[in-house]
Amino acid sequence: MLSCKDVSVLLSRACDQDLSWRTRLAIRLHLLYCRGCARFERQLQFLRAAAGRLAQMDILPDGAKLSASARDRIRAALRRN
Amino acid sequence: MNDAPGMLSDPATWLDQHGDSLYRFALLRVRNPTAAEDLVQETLLAAWRAKDNFAGQSAERTWLIAILKNKLIDHFRRSSRETPLPDVADTDDAIDALFTEHNDHWVRPPSAWASPDGALEQAEFWQVFQDCLAGLPARQAQAFTLTEVDGLSTEELCKALAAQPSNVWVMLHRARLRLRECLEQRWFGAQGENR
Repeated sequence: MLSCKDVSVLLSRACDQDLSWRTRLAIRLHLLYCRGCARFERQLQFLRAAAGRLAQMDILPDGAKLSASARDRIRAALRRN
Repeated sequence: MNDAPGMLSDPATWLDQHGDSLYRFALLRVRNPTAAEDLVQETLLAAWRAKDNFAGQSAERTWLIAILKNKLIDHFRRSSRETPLPDVADTDDAIDALFTEHNDHWVRPPSAWASPDGALEQAEFWQVFQDCLAGLPARQAQAFTLTEVDGLSTEELCKALAAQPSNVWVMLHRARLRLRECLEQRWFGAQGENR
């Protein structure tokens, strides 16, 4: 029998790699009666969706900007080029 | 803004037009302002040298980001060589504490998250998400960002971090558990109270 910890490892692994049907079946059986792990699976999908969105967002982090000194340094380097 | 496919604008204007975007892109991934600044500089220099090869099939910004992505991979490889990744510790106390000692059940099972899709539309959520990401141990954050934000496969991630698959899977698992926990505490758990 798989524990919740085992299943959490496997659900995470499934994000990165195809699992064997045997393993998938064992996970499904666990999820039938374990609401916590079933939620964890949905939350992994959410993390993926959120991270995917992050890839398209230009505002992060924090609307950080190049400092004036960095800007000057880069400008000078480009000019030397 | 020159963001349409086709022509490159005057390279002298790249820093003003794209510098901040490139910087944010780099900062999210390296989490070190100095390293991010250096990456912007390397990217713009490389772009300058390669400007004759610009095929005009993508927007200028997209082209610059593609160059930056290569510079980032180089950066990760370099830093992995300089400070080789220690073998991932077998135990991680913060992670172990999430499961009961006697039968590895959740100590506090994940709760149901209300309207997760709605969260993605809220600026406050992104602040929390960013804080949670910043709170991860550096290697875990790198592994997570490269995989989930940039879509690297396990194989590519192993190359970038000079690590074994078993190592990166452990890092990713821990990163995801920590992020989940943080979001639940800082966003989804607080919904009933003050949102």
